[in-house]
Amino acid sequence: MTPSRRKQEDESMSTIPPTRAPHPDVPSGHGPGSGRVGSGLFDPSALLKSFPEACRKLDPRVMVKSPVMFVVEVGSVLTTAYAFKTPGDWFGWAVAAWLWLTTIFANLAEAVAEGRGKAQADTLRKAKTDTVARRLNAGAEEHVPGTELRIGDLVVCEAGDVIPGDGDVVEGVASVDESAITGESAPVIRESGGDRSAVTGGTKVLSDRVVVKITTKPGETFIDRMIKLVEGAARQKTPNEIALNILLASLTIVFLIAVVTLQPFASFAGDPQTSIVLIALLVCLIPTTIGALLSAIGIAGMDRLVQRNVLAMSGRAVEAAGDVSTLLLDKTGTITLGNRQAAEFVPVQGVDEGQLADAAQLSSLADETPEGRSVVVLAKERHGLRERTRGELAGAEWIEFTAQTRMSGVDLAENGGTRRVRKGAAGSVVAWVTDNGGTVADGAQALTDRISEAGGTPLLVAEADARGARVLGVIHLKDVVKEGMRERFDELRRMGIKTVMITGDNPLTARAIAEEAGVDDFLAEATPEDKMALIRREQSGGKLVAMTGDGTNDAPALAQADVGVAMNTGTSAAKEAGNMVDLDSNPTKLIEIVEIGKQLLITRGALTTFSIANDVAKYFAILPAMFAVAYPGLDRLNIMRLDSPQSAIMSAVIFNALIIIALVPLSLKGVRYRPQSADRMLRRNLLIYGLGGLISPFIGIKIIDLIISLFPGVG
Amino acid sequence: MGPVPSAVLQLFAMIVVLGLVYRPLGDYMARVYQSKKHLRVEKWLYRCVGADPDTEMRWPAYLRGVLAFSVVSLLFLYLMQRMQGVLPGSLGFAAVSPAQSFNTAASFVANTNWQSYSGEQTMGHVVQTGGLAVQNFVSAAVGMAVAIALVRGFARARSGELGNFWADLVRGTVRILLPIAFLGAVALVAMGAIQNFAGIHEVGQFMGGSQQWNGGAVASQEAIKELGTNGGGYFNANSAHPFENPNGLSNLLQIFLILVIPFALTRTFGTMVGSVKQGYAILAAMAAIWIGFSALMMWTEFHHGGPAFNIAGASLEGKETRFGVGGSSLFATTTTLTSTGAVDSFHSSYTGFGGGLTMLGMMLGEVAPGGVGSGLYGMLILAVIAVFVAGLMVGRTPEYLGKKIGTREMKFAACYILITPTLVLVFTALSVAFATPPHSILNTASTAVSGSHAHGFSEILYAFTSGANNNGSAFAGLNANTDWYNTTIGLAMLLGRFVPMVFVLALAGSLAEQKPVPESMGTLRTHKPLFATLLVGTTVLVTGLTYFPSLALGPIAEGLSS
Repeated sequence: MTPSRRKQEDESMSTIPPTRAPHPDVPSGHGPGSGRVGSGLFDPSALLKSFPEACRKLDPRVMVKSPVMFVVEVGSVLTTAYAFKTPGDWFGWAVAAWLWLTTIFANLAEAVAEGRGKAQADTLRKAKTDTVARRLNAGAEEHVPGTELRIGDLVVCEAGDVIPGDGDVVEGVASVDESAITGESAPVIRESGGDRSAVTGGTKVLSDRVVVKITTKPGETFIDRMIKLVEGAARQKTPNEIALNILLASLTIVFLIAVVTLQPFASFAGDPQTSIVLIALLVCLIPTTIGALLSAIGIAGMDRLVQRNVLAMSGRAVEAAGDVSTLLLDKTGTITLGNRQAAEFVPVQGVDEGQLADAAQLSSLADETPEGRSVVVLAKERHGLRERTRGELAGAEWIEFTAQTRMSGVDLAENGGTRRVRKGAAGSVVAWVTDNGGTVADGAQALTDRISEAGGTPLLVAEADARGARVLGVIHLKDVVKEGMRERFDELRRMGIKTVMITGDNPLTARAIAEEAGVDDFLAEATPEDKMALIRREQSGGKLVAMTGDGTNDAPALAQADVGVAMNTGTSAAKEAGNMVDLDSNPTKLIEIVEIGKQLLITRGALTTFSIANDVAKYFAILPAMFAVAYPGLDRLNIMRLDSPQSAIMSAVIFNALIIIALVPLSLKGVRYRPQSADRMLRRNLLIYGLGGLISPFIGIKIIDLIISLFPGVG
Repeated sequence: MGPVPSAVLQLFAMIVVLGLVYRPLGDYMARVYQSKKHLRVEKWLYRCVGADPDTEMRWPAYLRGVLAFSVVSLLFLYLMQRMQGVLPGSLGFAAVSPAQSFNTAASFVANTNWQSYSGEQTMGHVVQTGGLAVQNFVSAAVGMAVAIALVRGFARARSGELGNFWADLVRGTVRILLPIAFLGAVALVAMGAIQNFAGIHEVGQFMGGSQQWNGGAVASQEAIKELGTNGGGYFNANSAHPFENPNGLSNLLQIFLILVIPFALTRTFGTMVGSVKQGYAILAAMAAIWIGFSALMMWTEFHHGGPAFNIAGASLEGKETRFGVGGSSLFATTTTLTSTGAVDSFHSSYTGFGGGLTMLGMMLGEVAPGGVGSGLYGMLILAVIAVFVAGLMVGRTPEYLGKKIGTREMKFAACYILITPTLVLVFTALSVAFATPPHSILNTASTAVSGSHAHGFSEILYAFTSGANNNGSAFAGLNANTDWYNTTIGLAMLLGRFVPMVFVLALAGSLAEQKPVPESMGTLRTHKPLFATLLVGTTVLVTGLTYFPSLALGPIAEGLSS
């Protein structure tokens, strides 16, 4: 990951960016530079571009999948037929036109949402150009088309070759450019054995030579599945979407009955209505707003994941993410920075802290490990010690850090004698001091014990000169919790999500880090079996569990978890087992995935509430218009003082259509989401979408009516 | 004391008294339905029907019990009326006609108690006491049993078992309805209601001519009529009749009896699901609607326009002076919000808006607090709908009381809310679409004068609203004793009672199979005022939107015409 990208990532970590302003320079769905979908932009011109697709979707066989909009389409057909019967009546034509527009707007919403996925599918397809595979057959190489490869085939890939299919490296090591899939241009290392053996078809070998064993059939490779997913071809309605559709269908039926039976009632009152008016009423009452946008919301939810480089294998997984109540987070890389870092210098009695820092810095100059570098950094930050370069110390003999000696240091010629400074693991340094005839003070032992108990790692610093060998003090190395993690976990707790840190550390260390990071629980010395058991335990209590993993031994747990996010760098077994793949291999993203899941559900609920609340105003517009002739008293219900019965009905129909277009951006971006407790979230959303849904149509319909009444011959 | 303070005082007194018995009665009912022991009389009853009260039933079995029992009751009551001529103690009344017998049998089995007959001119002691009063008990107990089954659906996990219908039926009757009805009857007798098996008295009138007065076991039937939210009066005048409801105090007692079980059942619910606060939330929603409707009703009936109203000081037409506007309004609100349908005044004579309120009360689906049992399960279904939409807005797939509201649950809840509006609107539409039935509207004179059909339409709409929602009150002014109305309202009552029960039990079964989801900070908290408010909103909005056009052509048109 390049630094600039990382920065972007970090910025978006705090929450999902709420509503990004449309960006005129960037065409819909394309991130700058990378040629992949970048962010949740909504571009109004996308509406225009999707128009033909929206018209194609008018096919009743397609429309019938959305019961609400199907009713609108049938209404449009009938109104058009009635308009033909009395061609001189502008009202019939106007209603028919707006009903058609309502239907088209609904299709437009879906088409725009799908269009964004299609753009990405196209870039993926480019990566999937026909490749020629160099198959090994009994030791000999033969050239076959990539599509003829079968599971178990061995293929050779050398620098410049495109890997012909998904598989595992069984021989060699190579750097691979995976930008076709991840959008990340920095090459990654793939080698046989271990957890970095998986390669993806369509990626390119940059150096060296590997032998790959093919693990998937052609047409079912990762890239094929990605294309299907982003195109929505594999999209199925999720359980919650189906349940919501049932509610919407039943509301539609209720309103259908209410409107159909209204005609006999109206006749009884001596004021029968025209079919056009009744159809207009019906379309205004049924929940068209949510009915029109429901499918777009679902597609956009998947799309928001894709924009964050996460591929969900099913919409079901996205929904489950919203319900997750336990997050299993790997310590390293998710909660803490990858490596331990020096946090403080603790001198033994009689030694000045500055003196210790100086010695620690000197002895660490020859230690190129991250831990060693962190000592130098700490000495500079805490004690203002300028980082010395090896060259400036003449006559210095550097002792490099090695895994065997577990020490680093320097021998300096000083005042005629030799000053030797060492820094390293407690055991090694103690041995060194003893070898040089020194004794280790009791204080030093106490210090190392204290640091170990606190979950840190102690490094001893010792010095040997003319006065003999002695320990100067201890460097306290500890895991550094990523910035902002505590706040993140607090947010999650407010959302009702429990965080569990998974680590291979001993319980002591684990507890210290868990407390510092603010996670709710931890699993120390975790084996894959422990992880599995933890997931099962949480699930048996009715909780939904999300986790990330990359190793083959993570696969069972990934499969067991309700949301299993496999890292793209992981093995193919892990990717197969999870129901999402993070192309950036950033385990922190799990939190964002949960937020996206929640945002998806909230958007659905908010627009449903809005849609239903809208009906009140529409009644106040249409009913007086229909019946004020029979019962003049009913004109008092015309609280908006709409111009004429016809313009009142027209205004309601037009508002009903326009609100769909107006809400397309919201349905694609999702409603603003901030992690907070359910109570506050409900109050906020009820206020905005419930009360807002109640009031806004009164205003909207009145404005439209004012505009309509300007036309001559109306009313 | 002026009529307005008196009305307000009555409302407050009612709230206080209901509040006092809420906890003890609610907890007692929870114990009754959760008890493992059987009373001796209960064991005997189980042996009679051949039921094992300790077997757990899944929802289909429970439903079979409900339907089997109700079908047998229906046949029994039908035959009893048809054979009235040969039964002893019939005061010389002949057999009831087939259409009316069906209508009445359906009406009482469905806990509706719509009466297309006049009690004192049609039914003798045996049918009244041995047939109708018995149904007043058991039909109410069936409603409570179904509600308890739904509560168990929420409370139980991974079993799919809903309890035993026969045990719930018998216990509800023996341990809850009978004792309270007994106390209620004694109190009513003390207040002056009659209780005898006397025959018909011929009484001379002040202005000459004569009048016939029936005796009967009135107080005892009156108590269960209110307690079981039945509403079928001994006399045609129902609770307006001095033998049934002699004075203002007995009027308040009757209102109390109507409300006591439906409200207290929310406590039973809370106790059984392990969180009384959940019960309070449901209670709060029910009480808010009931108090709101009562206040509105009093306002519209005291708020008078026109010379006659001004002289009387209020809208008193069709009301008994011994109850006044306050007592009558409170009774009218209570009876229509609870599927009772007893009346102590004539809803047809209320102001246009007042009549609309009685109708809207029923249209809400009888949930605030609703009929015994049916009120609770109706409100819980609405809670499921409210949770579904609101739950999404907190970013989780919806759950209520730890149970997920998924596709299956939504299907049953959606079907439930579809039934009654369909019955009401379709039957009303058929009635006004055909030429003959509307001629049953009796006060055609007023239609001729005002040229408005709004009132006549209200009468028909009211009849089907009352029938399908199992209320049973009548708007008066409509002669419902025709083959058309006897048959269609009979069907509306049966379908409006038992089809929803099918979906309630199916929902209960589906919930009981689930494993519960633990509550967290991210869970929508359904015991908070916000949720209660939302529930009220959902209830009013869902029904309001369905019925607004028809109400506009009836009571609203009438109310706005003045």
